[in-house]
Amino acid sequence: MAEKKINDHMRRLLHPKALKLFFTLVLSIFIFQSAISQDAAASGEIPTDEESIAAGKALFQELCTVCHAVDRKVVGPALMNVYERRDLPWIIAFVKNSQRVIASGDPYAVALYNEYNKTQMNNFDYLSDEEIINIIAYVKDATENPATPAVAAGEDAGAPSAGTAGEGGIPSQYLTAILVGLLVVLVIILGVLVLIISVLTRYLKEKKQLDEVDQELLGQKLEFGKFFTSSGFLGVLVFLFAAIAFKSVIDGLYNIGVQQNYEPTQPIAFSHALHAGEYEIDCNYCHTGVMKSKNANIPSANICMNCHGQILTESSEIAKIYEALDYDKTTQTYGPNQKPIEWIRIHNLPDLAYFNHAQHVNVGGIECQTCHGEIQEMVVVKQHSNLTMGWCIDCHRQTEIKTVGNKYYDQLVELHEASNKEQLKVKDIGGLECSKCHY
Amino acid sequence: MKESKKTYWKGLEELAQDESFEKYAKKEFPEYLPVNLQKGGFDEDEGSSRRDFLKLMGFGVAAASLAACEAPVRKAIPYLNKPVDIDPGIPNYYASTYVNSGNYCSIVVKTREGRPIKIEGNTLSPVTKGCVDAQVEASVLSLYDDARLKKPFLSGEPSSWSEIDKDMIDKLRSISSSGDKICLVSNTILSPTTKTVIADFQKKFSNVQHIVYDTYSSDGIKLAHNNLFGKPILPSFDFGKADVIVSFAADFLGTWISPIEFTHQYIQNRKLGDGKKTMSRHYHFEANLSLTGANADHRIKVKPSQEGLVVAQLYNFLAKKAGAPGYNISKVDIGFIEKAGNELWSKRGKSLVVSGSNDPSVQTVVARINDLLGNYGKTIDINTPVNYRQGNDGQFADFIKDLQGGRVGAVIFINANPVYNHPQGSDIASGLEKVKLKVSTSDRMNETAVLCDIVAPDNHFMESWDDSEPKPGYYSLTQPVIRTLFDTRQMQESLLTWSGNSESYFDYLRNSWKNKFYDKDDSELGFQTFWDQVLYDGVYKHVTPQETATGNDENSTDEPLAIIEDLSAQFLEINKNYKADNNGFELVLYQKVGLGDGGVQANNPWLQEMPDPITKSTWDNYATMSLTDAKSLGVVMSAEGDTNYVNITLEGKTIKLPVLIQPGQAARTIGIALGYGRTHAGKVGDKVGVNAYPLASVSKGVIKYTVHEGVDLAIDSEKTKIARTQTHQTIMGRHIIQESTLDAYQKDPSAGRVHPKIATSEGFKAPQKITLWKGHDYNNHHWGLIIDMNSCTGCSACIVACQAENNIPVVGKQEVLNRREMHWIRIDRYYSSNEPDEGLGKIQTLRSLEEPSDNPEVTFQPMMCQHCNNAPCETVCPVAATTHSSEGLNQMTYNRCIGTRYCANNCPYKVRRFNWFKYHDNDQFAEANPSMNSNLGKMVLNPDVTVRSRGVMEKCSLCVQRIQAGKLKAKKENRRLVDGEITTACTNSCPADAMIFGDMNDPNSKISKALKIKAKDKTNVEVGEPRAYHVLEELNVNPNVFYLTKIRNKSSEGEEA
Repeated sequence: MAEKKINDHMRRLLHPKALKLFFTLVLSIFIFQSAISQDAAASGEIPTDEESIAAGKALFQELCTVCHAVDRKVVGPALMNVYERRDLPWIIAFVKNSQRVIASGDPYAVALYNEYNKTQMNNFDYLSDEEIINIIAYVKDATENPATPAVAAGEDAGAPSAGTAGEGGIPSQYLTAILVGLLVVLVIILGVLVLIISVLTRYLKEKKQLDEVDQELLGQKLEFGKFFTSSGFLGVLVFLFAAIAFKSVIDGLYNIGVQQNYEPTQPIAFSHALHAGEYEIDCNYCHTGVMKSKNANIPSANICMNCHGQILTESSEIAKIYEALDYDKTTQTYGPNQKPIEWIRIHNLPDLAYFNHAQHVNVGGIECQTCHGEIQEMVVVKQHSNLTMGWCIDCHRQTEIKTVGNKYYDQLVELHEASNKEQLKVKDIGGLECSKCHY
Repeated sequence: MKESKKTYWKGLEELAQDESFEKYAKKEFPEYLPVNLQKGGFDEDEGSSRRDFLKLMGFGVAAASLAACEAPVRKAIPYLNKPVDIDPGIPNYYASTYVNSGNYCSIVVKTREGRPIKIEGNTLSPVTKGCVDAQVEASVLSLYDDARLKKPFLSGEPSSWSEIDKDMIDKLRSISSSGDKICLVSNTILSPTTKTVIADFQKKFSNVQHIVYDTYSSDGIKLAHNNLFGKPILPSFDFGKADVIVSFAADFLGTWISPIEFTHQYIQNRKLGDGKKTMSRHYHFEANLSLTGANADHRIKVKPSQEGLVVAQLYNFLAKKAGAPGYNISKVDIGFIEKAGNELWSKRGKSLVVSGSNDPSVQTVVARINDLLGNYGKTIDINTPVNYRQGNDGQFADFIKDLQGGRVGAVIFINANPVYNHPQGSDIASGLEKVKLKVSTSDRMNETAVLCDIVAPDNHFMESWDDSEPKPGYYSLTQPVIRTLFDTRQMQESLLTWSGNSESYFDYLRNSWKNKFYDKDDSELGFQTFWDQVLYDGVYKHVTPQETATGNDENSTDEPLAIIEDLSAQFLEINKNYKADNNGFELVLYQKVGLGDGGVQANNPWLQEMPDPITKSTWDNYATMSLTDAKSLGVVMSAEGDTNYVNITLEGKTIKLPVLIQPGQAARTIGIALGYGRTHAGKVGDKVGVNAYPLASVSKGVIKYTVHEGVDLAIDSEKTKIARTQTHQTIMGRHIIQESTLDAYQKDPSAGRVHPKIATSEGFKAPQKITLWKGHDYNNHHWGLIIDMNSCTGCSACIVACQAENNIPVVGKQEVLNRREMHWIRIDRYYSSNEPDEGLGKIQTLRSLEEPSDNPEVTFQPMMCQHCNNAPCETVCPVAATTHSSEGLNQMTYNRCIGTRYCANNCPYKVRRFNWFKYHDNDQFAEANPSMNSNLGKMVLNPDVTVRSRGVMEKCSLCVQRIQAGKLKAKKENRRLVDGEITTACTNSCPADAMIFGDMNDPNSKISKALKIKAKDKTNVEVGEPRAYHVLEELNVNPNVFYLTKIRNKSSEGEEA
């Protein structure tokens, strides 16, 4: 069995880069294989329409990603080609109640159970057969069309973002270069002009038939000393200096307490790029409060342990979690000498401002990235936005409210549309009022 | 419509046109504020110079630039193993029970991240029905009281539980074997399971006696019911079913037995509207002006020495009608007896007579009156006796004798502090010297605990498991909502340990419930479900098999009949003990609504600073005195609180108290509040006021809280100040209070309303018609608040609830004297008198009111930010720190405020509060305001509300944090808000349901229906309810807070008995 072998390999190849390389290899083989074996598979029962796949994808992300991925082993086995390994009724029975299948003595199930250290899979008996088939449809789709992650896995992790920069206007680093270039050209033009003037002057001086006035004009010397001491020049200079000084002081004052790009070293080198980016773990999975509370919550260590009880148990970073929890690997229990992990808080709003994640993420449907930047690419998290009031207000001015499907807004939308052509925005329902954030 | 000619005045100072009062009447803030007074005097020579300014300026710039360099590193420390049901940022609510020496309330505790921060009433409770009072609301702060013991103490030294237990068990064994008496002394214990723990203890050691006393005894009622019916019980009363209520000095809305329950009942029959046009009539006979007296329709002044005779007279009057025997009695002429008697007789079975006296003969006569009126089984239920007061004065007197006789080997004070709160405290203290083993389970080193060898501190009730049974069959559970903060142990667990039972009290309690209430099956699962449900509800009504059999859990089965009809013995006693014409000064010892008996409440700054509903004074007790007596003694009181001390001597004991001139005080009587003068309560409560318990006496086995003779008064030349919140702002004769009488209301529901008209070039117009304001669009919500002055009893629960919800600082006595208290909601108490003669000038009018001030009518008016639609404060703020929201709120933005105080000056309601100091993290306020000055105290702060700093204005926000949270919940659940889902802290705490908060845009909301909103436009809400009005309507500030007129159940003609 090829899959079994792959799993064995995976257990040995713990280093992510090695994993990636390996996956790319395996994937290409699989793609090749599946292309050949398409006819042979029992694909007749698995729907291929987009609707089913989309429904399956949603379910998969909601329920399965905690333990499974299509292309690799997480807590449970990789699901790639699972529909070829087992038939649908078996899969449905296993998903609904794996323990029953194992108890029935099914040799495959028992082998799997033992292979994964007797980790029980949750029962999903509330899922209908159709829903499970949809999930399989998605798995099949993902197996057959291994999308971005497979491609990205082959590339260097840092690379992908650079290519996309050119689309919306001139990138800032080029802008500076262009400006400097222009300045250089201007200086050269100035030099050339000065040169021309001096050549012309010398030529005219050599001519003898000039009258008094022309002579005088010609004899005029540009007295730099006088120019620099002239009150006009000094005035301009003082004004410029004062203006620049004033501007920088004001800018400085405005930046007091603004910690944009704050990127402290955390006690544990947790990488969002790995977890959220590469493994696509849903933000909700760890930041449990984000949909229901004002706090998104920094994950408690027991959430880490959901996976890291099994995965990467030898890592020195994971050891810090074990130490905090006083975790005993052999007995798999938490000890009494627990020490909390002191993360360094990056996003610090002043106490006088009230911010609620649930309002923005759950009700408003805002993506995490809107405020936190491309968090899935950050190896070390940094503060993306400046978190000033102006920044908040700007967004409240521009953002349209997600009113569809929320009965709370029905009456408001009706009233708004009667008098206004634009979409209902946050500012239209008091989003700029003081007591929405300050109380 | 006839315009009311009544004039209202806030205090005698206004009536007397006191000079200092006049001075402050026109200013909100006194000039030359003594900012440095607290630091020992203001020296003008030491004012800041230019150099100082430059130095500070230079330092400031340097500090600012330094501060800008590096932001402090902040830590975020998540749970290691997050409990399933705690989500940071989301409050959890747990049902529990507040019990404090017999005072009972079923509550719901709001916790955030595991910290209890607010108490709400439990609406599932059939006993307290979701109501709370100020003491209950404030009890959450007592949890974080720094005066609580952090360890057990052995012989005055910190010790450990194992040592204590060892010592305790050894000594108990030897005392028990020596045959000496072991006494357990407690206040009323409502918990049946605690009682079985005590019974176990009694079984373990021989000769154990459990002695119960109450800090304010109601033993007289029990003795009376024993006399009459042979049942020594305290019956249930139902003030809601009574159409006529006669109370002889029973302050049932304030402090008497179970004020939370009584207020809720009482107010049911006082509300008007929705077709209900009748209300109960309430006669009140008393010497002090109590909260209940202030709410009565007719209040009659009676000296304590006359009280028995008045009760007897009422009996004779009714006995004649009923054909029962009458008895000879000295005549006392105070009026209203016949009127009240006739009305009682016409409402037989629908009336109620109560007395606050602890004299068994008086209570026997009162009980007989109720019996004659057929009230037993109707408004009084002796089949459901209440357990609130189980004290036995006689038994306690014997205990003191035993103590002094050296017959007691060991005393364990179970959370009782008799050295302080028993009249014979000093006898107990001296008697304790003869006791071998003295133990206290007090949570602090109180007056009794300091005399004990072992102090085994009990948990706060929020850290404890317990049950309670306020009435037979009605149970509720207390559950811990936080882990013990200190090294304390539940008193019950201590007792269990000492009686050799190693079971935890939780297991003990759970098992005892399983045996008692769960008989369905033996399965653990079934009981767990039952237990979880009770724990969730907080309350449990146990139906006994008999009740189920008869299908009747009411009591009407047996009409109780008087066993003894002959009252001659009682009348003999009354004739002996009461006099019609006593001339000397008499004392009335009463409890205050805020401090109660002065137990843990004494060290609670919220309660210390809560203005007394009647006197509006804080941080003190005093001798209340009538104006005539004060005049004859030469006492003058100024609006600044200046007053004289008076030395009150009784049987060689002298106490020195400030005088407070109290309108409505019966002549030749002095009222003194109990619960003050603590010496071992903690930093807040110590040395506040004077202890008046020693003035009470024990006669014939019961405690007497009145003194009829032998009182000597001597005015001390020394002056002092009483910090009152009362006369700070005047009403200047405007129609702030609009009131009428019931008969006028029945004829015209808008009786008492004043409709101001403004003169314009086009004639007189309603103020709403002339405005410069454009109005506001309220597309989403339009929040509003109704305050029914007919329901408000002035109990002040809202003040403390608001304080807890909105992180309002306590400022201390000196700052209250400086007129800088911070409460967002205040309850204005206005005295009023009958219409003066017409044709008098204003000053003469005010002066002419001096006579009736003897016994004024009282109106309570809760006053907070009115959230004006045309808000005067908003227009004057130079930095737009106070603005209007699209939901009708007047918003206050602290971070924008620069402290000009223009808004406060322009506010016609004077509801804005300025932070004169930084009240948090400031040593100057560490004692008065512990909730913002220590890590322990800060745990009570509401994390959703900003703690304000110095120099900013603040005011009521209509609990905008609750509004926002409620809206978010609805949005998350994809639905519109449900009416009643959002409440403000004050509305929620009101035991009288006097406030209605809601969305005026929702036509089906309670508030829209109560106001009968006819039409709404941008500038105005047209209201159909005839009683609804705006305070200061003539200004057309158009508030979103409406008041409903006060209706008194008395005839509009000046009636006399």
